[in-house]
Amino acid sequence: MLTIKDLKASVEDKEILKGLNLDIKPGEIHAIMGPNGAGKSTLGNVLAGREGYEVTQGSAELEGTDLLDMDAEERARLGLFLAFQYPVEIPGVSNLEFLKASVDSVRAAQGKEPLDSVSFLKLARAKCKLVDLDQSFLKRGVNEGFSGGEKKRNEIMQMMLLEPKICILDETDSGLDIDALQVVAEGVNSLRDPNRSFIVVTHYQRLLDYIVPDYVHVLANGKIVKSGGKELALELEEKGYSWLEDAAENGAG
Amino acid sequence: MTDFHNGLLAINDAAANTSAASSLFSALNKSGKECFLQQDIPTRKTEAWKYTSLYNLTSNEEGYGRLATTHSAAGLDGIATIPALDAQRLVFVNGQYSEELSSNTEHKNVVRFSQANDAQQKIIADNLGTAIEQEKHLFAALNNATSQDGVLVHIEKNEQLKTNIQITHITTPEAKSFTVAARLLIVLETGANATVVEHFASNDAEQNCFVNAITEAKVGANAFLNHYRLQLMQEGSIQIGGVHVDLDRDANYDSFQLGLGAKIVRNDINVNHNVGGSHCELKGVYLPQNKQLIDFHSNIEHKVAQCTTNEVFRGIMADKSKAVFNGRIHIHPDAQKTLAELSNKNLLLSNDAEINTKPELEIYADDVRCAHGATIAQLDEKARFYLQSRGISAAEADVMLSFGFINELLENLELDPIRNLIRPILALRFGRDEELMKHIG
Repeated sequence: MLTIKDLKASVEDKEILKGLNLDIKPGEIHAIMGPNGAGKSTLGNVLAGREGYEVTQGSAELEGTDLLDMDAEERARLGLFLAFQYPVEIPGVSNLEFLKASVDSVRAAQGKEPLDSVSFLKLARAKCKLVDLDQSFLKRGVNEGFSGGEKKRNEIMQMMLLEPKICILDETDSGLDIDALQVVAEGVNSLRDPNRSFIVVTHYQRLLDYIVPDYVHVLANGKIVKSGGKELALELEEKGYSWLEDAAENGAG
Repeated sequence: MTDFHNGLLAINDAAANTSAASSLFSALNKSGKECFLQQDIPTRKTEAWKYTSLYNLTSNEEGYGRLATTHSAAGLDGIATIPALDAQRLVFVNGQYSEELSSNTEHKNVVRFSQANDAQQKIIADNLGTAIEQEKHLFAALNNATSQDGVLVHIEKNEQLKTNIQITHITTPEAKSFTVAARLLIVLETGANATVVEHFASNDAEQNCFVNAITEAKVGANAFLNHYRLQLMQEGSIQIGGVHVDLDRDANYDSFQLGLGAKIVRNDINVNHNVGGSHCELKGVYLPQNKQLIDFHSNIEHKVAQCTTNEVFRGIMADKSKAVFNGRIHIHPDAQKTLAELSNKNLLLSNDAEINTKPELEIYADDVRCAHGATIAQLDEKARFYLQSRGISAAEADVMLSFGFINELLENLELDPIRNLIRPILALRFGRDEELMKHIG
């Protein structure tokens, strides 16, 4: 599904990703854990095509298509979805207008007709219900005045509407209470599909009790320094990251 | 006395001062003329006109010193009405009343000066010109000097007006450029409540008039005036005028200004908190494009204690257009416990567009809370990426964000028909390509 090879990327001339490799097969969930500043969020932003993140080496392919030369919107239309750590508030643009514009764009890329307003509203309301957001959120400005949990649920709702192939959840669990975390996790689990893969970026093991990964990777100092099964997350919770960071530095030196 | 002064005053001399209204105006005409003649033509060295050149007005060789000769209503129906707005509507074409375009319901609360009965004439005589400091406003003095008729909106004590009042001025081009002197007087008695929509429009882009429109509002104790002033003229004309408001005890003035039209627009908005406990809510948007110039100068006088002002203006400048915003709030020594906020945000859509913004707080009292802010920015990079990451093209994202920037102010408008009138116009301005505006408006 997604193949990343020797990916190096810089922000403002500072190298953050230093040769990252990752191979994700259809239907798999990969968790990426690591200390602050390791490059976790950078990975999501680089894959989604954010300006200011300069790829200096390596490749990233979605089902064999090179992502790195594409604009952000083209990647989204191809089936890549980034759930933001900090979803952006856009007052003046209603959530519903935004969602419709988004879904229409992705459908158009797939050669599908836009949904008519009534069908779309029905669909959006149904998804609202699934993530436990009141329908009034559709009328409000995009994320405007939403609580942290509501913003994250709005992200999951967008994911449900767009039905992407690869979903990257960038610290979706940060700042969530346990109830909101469960709603988010249920939303993600409901989207699990043999043809859909997930990258779950998180600082905490807690989320992985609810979204059970197939693989856990530790990202430290811009590289994957250790990979394992879901039990690795528990080990990290117990031991912290410092022993791996040391190893990464020794390895690099 | 200069050609500039005489030229603009000529319309008064030309008019036959015989109507019933002219007697109401005779004293004001005289004092206005004297006052107008004492004031110099503003130049770039005049502080209040630093960024707004009157060259287009003064350099026109044939001048604007004549009234229109045609007032045909033909083909103007679509412009004169605001769909779904329930209103007592008075429509003027090139300054002259058009019965054909006006609503045929009873005009209970609105009357032309020339048709006013004795009681209404007394109200006019008592109030006309009293909210205006004409020595500070050249073009208000000009209007005082030249107006021959006007419109009175009068709401009785404690009357809660259900229908709206709509005053529409439509201009059409003529062989020679001309002046429209428009005058509106709004008087709300104690406890009255009304919504007045002023609406300026034109029939095509070949306009050649100068519209000098002055509005006075006297808002009585505990009265509430909701005032819309929509400038939707096309780009040939010049509009210079303003709004002058006197607020009595606990009065409320809630207004929305839209600056879309004309080649040069200058609006002076003056609000006087005169007695205490009054509130002024001033919202506005301006969206010049091509080579338009739109200038809003607001001046809020907090003369007494316990009054509040909330002023929010936003502008988007496209192409080679230019806007000026000057927001002055003057808090006098006795105006303790004043709460005043002023915000002006601007977006520049092109490298050739220009905005000159200046918030001006003058505070002479020590127990007040005031805040002001002015920003000039490009579109928010984070918001654009967020939209793009959901498959929306960069071009459509820009249109949505520009629209959203203005729409924030439209969302709170009381009158849905006004919002429905202007949203598609705004959407067209941002997304000149229909494809880009299909999800908004």
